[in-house]
Amino acid sequence: MNSGETSSSQNGSNSSVPRDTSCPLTEEELDRYSRQMIVPGMGKEAQLRLLNAKVLIIGAGGLGCPAAQYLAGAGIGTIGLVDGDVVERSNLHRQVGHSTSRIGQPKVSSLMTHLKGLNPLPNYVAHECHITPLNAADLVAPYDLILDCTDNPATRYLISDVCVLLEKPLVSAASVQTSGQIIVLNCPPTPQGQLEGGPYPPCYRCCFKKPPPANAQLSCGEAGILGPVVGLMGVAQAGEAIKILASALHASPSKKGTPRHPVEPTLLLYSYSLTSFLSPFTFRALKMAPRKKNCFACGEGSQARLTLEGLKRGEPDYEFFCGGLGSGPGQGVLSAEERISPREFVETVQQHGKEEGKGKYVVLDTREKEHFSFGSIEGAVNVPFGKLLSKAAQMKRSGETPEVEDILPPEVKIEDSGGDENVPIYVVCRRGLDSQEAVEKLKEMGLDRGGKRKIVDIAGGMKAWKEQVDPSFPYL
Amino acid sequence: MSDPKDQKVDITVDFSGGLEILFSNQKHHALSVPAQDSEGKPANVGFLIKYLCQTLMTDPRADLFVLGDELRPGILCLINECDWELEEEDAYVLQPGDNILFISTLHGG
Repeated sequence: MNSGETSSSQNGSNSSVPRDTSCPLTEEELDRYSRQMIVPGMGKEAQLRLLNAKVLIIGAGGLGCPAAQYLAGAGIGTIGLVDGDVVERSNLHRQVGHSTSRIGQPKVSSLMTHLKGLNPLPNYVAHECHITPLNAADLVAPYDLILDCTDNPATRYLISDVCVLLEKPLVSAASVQTSGQIIVLNCPPTPQGQLEGGPYPPCYRCCFKKPPPANAQLSCGEAGILGPVVGLMGVAQAGEAIKILASALHASPSKKGTPRHPVEPTLLLYSYSLTSFLSPFTFRALKMAPRKKNCFACGEGSQARLTLEGLKRGEPDYEFFCGGLGSGPGQGVLSAEERISPREFVETVQQHGKEEGKGKYVVLDTREKEHFSFGSIEGAVNVPFGKLLSKAAQMKRSGETPEVEDILPPEVKIEDSGGDENVPIYVVCRRGLDSQEAVEKLKEMGLDRGGKRKIVDIAGGMKAWKEQVDPSFPYL
Repeated sequence: MSDPKDQKVDITVDFSGGLEILFSNQKHHALSVPAQDSEGKPANVGFLIKYLCQTLMTDPRADLFVLGDELRPGILCLINECDWELEEEDAYVLQPGDNILFISTLHGG
């Protein structure tokens, strides 16, 4: 989370002055919103609530784009957008509020251009920065409802904590690969630490007490994401926001202790399989527990643990809580002899093989087969990392002495000459981390024959290969 | 009556949010699990978690599912569509026909 300046540019009328609810809508508004206003339960009053509402969308990506579109279309009075990134081409399959012509532009201004084309009436507020513990309270405070459309756990805990502190309802969604989740939190907003007279709605920490360890966190950039999956979640966020605002659920409940609305926290799960036509389920609505007594942020005594002042002092430490920013590629456990750079591999191993007509070797590529399908080092065989580990575990359980053939695809034959000159194995992955673990695993299995077979990591993976050897390599 | 040690309870177990990769990439499993643990106590969800690690998990990266004897942080367990905290968490005794869902919490967007 970078700290950044909050640059707010207001345009249009100042909507901080609430409309007179008796005042009729303009001719244009009557026309533009007519189809949604005649829906049972809507009507003039609900539409006026939307027109008076202020919604902050944090993240202008795969969730934020579809969410913002529908909120703009519905006539939300003020829409704030927070994001510090710029539009990249690899965003466009899912971040449909941007466009090819706006690659390189800040996401916030790009999305705003799109939204103004859709509906020029709302007041759009740009915050071209990432949300941080330092700016979070100032960003969130002016708004009635917050949408968490971000992409990492540290930011998700931060946003939830600020929403607890400032008593804002939060619509949180997340998505990766072919799964999505959405949940409404802290709605109706309830004072921090209030438990008596509950149950009260949960916050993010009530539902997800601890983040997964850093090695189990999947990002869209690393693991992939299907556009419609994240899009559905973003659209559902807009749907929940409209529901909350139209029915005035965002207004603070009476502080006497009784919530005005029954609390039924629900986590909506969307999941499907690309490879199974009849997947077991697509949507599931899961019943979640209410506010927890022992919750760090909103439970008993939480006012002493979590404060606005504390946030600015760096307490709690969100990056630490969420396992840091993850260990970057290139860090590893192997010695220099166990690694070779892609350039060195080409110059020594590949060239040597061609010149002398011998120099047989195996290149073992541990990327997922989807990555492998776009290209690989000449002659490489694909054994995805997970599969390699499974095979290794299977061998260990069976108690057999592993041979190299056991972990390679059946069509690969290894002709060891015996003695000290066994066919070496070069292991490569995407960015150079899994391959190092794979080298260790293969040695642990005894496949290096006590040092008589070289098992070497191609350092930095296919990413480094593209940089050092083949700039046209289709690295994904 | 058969020996109580051989009695089974039929349940379904689902994995979502990426956890399925640890279980032969299959999201849905119909299982017959022992109705009792090794000490003769009725099988509960805590027992099921260990049982899944021993019998159903094909990927050795068990630490993506459990840490020590507990479900790893970032995984929710739902018993018949309800957060297990609304039940008795891992002490919930398995009943025939139960659906136990494990989901990894997502953060991407």
